[in-house]
Amino acid sequence: MEILLMFLDSKQIDHLAKLARLALSQKEKELYAGQLAAVLEYFKKLQALDTVGLEPMSQVIELKNIFRVDEIKDCSPDTQKKILENAPGRTGQHLKVQKIL
Amino acid sequence: MTELNQLTIEQACVGLRQKEFSSAELVSACLKKIKQVDDELKSFISVFPEHALAAAKKIDQAIAKGDELGPLAGVPYAAKDNFCTKGLKTTAASKILENYLPPYESTTTERLAKAGAVLIGKTNLDEFAMGSSTENSAFFTTKNPHDYSRVAGGTSGGSAAAVAADEVVYALGTDTGGSVRQPAGFCGVVGLKPTYGRTSRAGVIAMASSLDTISHLTKTVADAALVLQALAGRDDHDSTSSNLALDDYSAAMKKSVKGLKVGLPKEYFEVEGMDPEVKKVILSAVKKIEELTETPAVPINLMAPDYALACYYLIMPAEASANLARYDGIKYGLSLVGNDLLDSYLKTRGQGFGPEVKRRIVLGTFALSHGYYDAYYKKACQARALIKKDFAKAFSEVEIILSPVAPTVAFKIGEKSQDPLSLYLADIFTVPMSLAGVPSLSVPCGLVRDLPVGLQMVGKWFDEKTILRLGHHYEQSRK
Repeated sequence: MEILLMFLDSKQIDHLAKLARLALSQKEKELYAGQLAAVLEYFKKLQALDTVGLEPMSQVIELKNIFRVDEIKDCSPDTQKKILENAPGRTGQHLKVQKIL
Repeated sequence: MTELNQLTIEQACVGLRQKEFSSAELVSACLKKIKQVDDELKSFISVFPEHALAAAKKIDQAIAKGDELGPLAGVPYAAKDNFCTKGLKTTAASKILENYLPPYESTTTERLAKAGAVLIGKTNLDEFAMGSSTENSAFFTTKNPHDYSRVAGGTSGGSAAAVAADEVVYALGTDTGGSVRQPAGFCGVVGLKPTYGRTSRAGVIAMASSLDTISHLTKTVADAALVLQALAGRDDHDSTSSNLALDDYSAAMKKSVKGLKVGLPKEYFEVEGMDPEVKKVILSAVKKIEELTETPAVPINLMAPDYALACYYLIMPAEASANLARYDGIKYGLSLVGNDLLDSYLKTRGQGFGPEVKRRIVLGTFALSHGYYDAYYKKACQARALIKKDFAKAFSEVEIILSPVAPTVAFKIGEKSQDPLSLYLADIFTVPMSLAGVPSLSVPCGLVRDLPVGLQMVGKWFDEKTILRLGHHYEQSRK
């Protein structure tokens, strides 16, 4: 499949930023649109490579079927406390989050 | 006279065991140096004097009692601030983790503690290890000890500067596309990126998981071998860590290099933007190596490195955008409360992440998004398979590949910060090895305009011992 040269305008950046849950200012959107277009232009180089029929590679050292026993291990009360202390909002032993529905 | 903080690991271990000085004295010498220079150099995000001195005193007691000592006992080191250290602030140089206290320890720092090593502080990096100069740190830019107007390189720039300035004996870094080798080259120290899977990633803040490699920076190749011995090996907490047997790196390093076959890929010397002086220094290092091996370097062909760079700048942001989805302001880290949950996510992430991180998240989200996945991400993963094959073919002809670490010496602070693409080019000679997963060593090989140049020695998968061997012999020949 051919790599399309994408011209990213600030509207497309806006869409991607929403997908990625990032609030961006108008200035940031415009800046990124220009910079990312330059980076995407660079990607066109890959078009020259013949990759027909090649299996996409996502890891290099080819380990296969790495299993471990599925067992529940205790977490020390101290670790539990430290984990909870990192949470910005909490009630007792629970994390506090905003309403979802 | 050599100050204690200037010692190598090897020298420090001898001195400690012969009771010429104590670990507390060695740690104090490093702390003193940090106090002297770090206000300006800015290698460290955090320094832990009490923690370090307490650990040193424990080792001193063990020495006094004649207890058996770990291989790195009493020697102070620094960790890049993306290694989780239990109860000690770990920021990834990001506002979003500015006050994060990990409830657990990374496998690597745990293994070093077992070897008796003393953690002295955490070093600066580009935010979430995204960059090539530490200019993307949310806190400050680390300077190059050889010239304070220049960058130390990145992303492990703090670690490289700290070792080069003798603030610490050695340091941990992470190398995803050159983040240990390139700053090692810029600062004139040794940087080793082992094979992907040789060291454990557990407890290190993830950037691009199929590329992130736990690596280290030292003053000598012999020290690099010692640290690798302590770090390497299978870890149940990282399913991508390999259980292949380890070599005795320090012993293997000393064997003769006569007859060793090195290859020179011409594509790595014809890159646009390559400083001709850097090329000259590299080629004279190659000549020296030919004398050592008593064997001429073989001209070989590798795929032009700009393909790898294009491939890398798709795969890395794609993986990073997924890894960084976890920073949501709920479990830990910065949390800005908005009108509803979505608004809170947008605000927390919009303000918590810096410009380069947001740029890469947007790029990665694009590469993985519906309609573009096949053309971008899949194409890059196929190209990655070709790159790995290309290295395998080269290694059927030679045992080691030589190349520059970077096309230039350390550049000026601010010189490239407005142009991401030109900054990305600083990684051109280091990303191909990251994509292929092969081990690579950066060794100082000379100066250009008084700034260090690094020579890269690339080995076969899991063959760290051969690059350490050549690196060690080459280093000795320069003395």
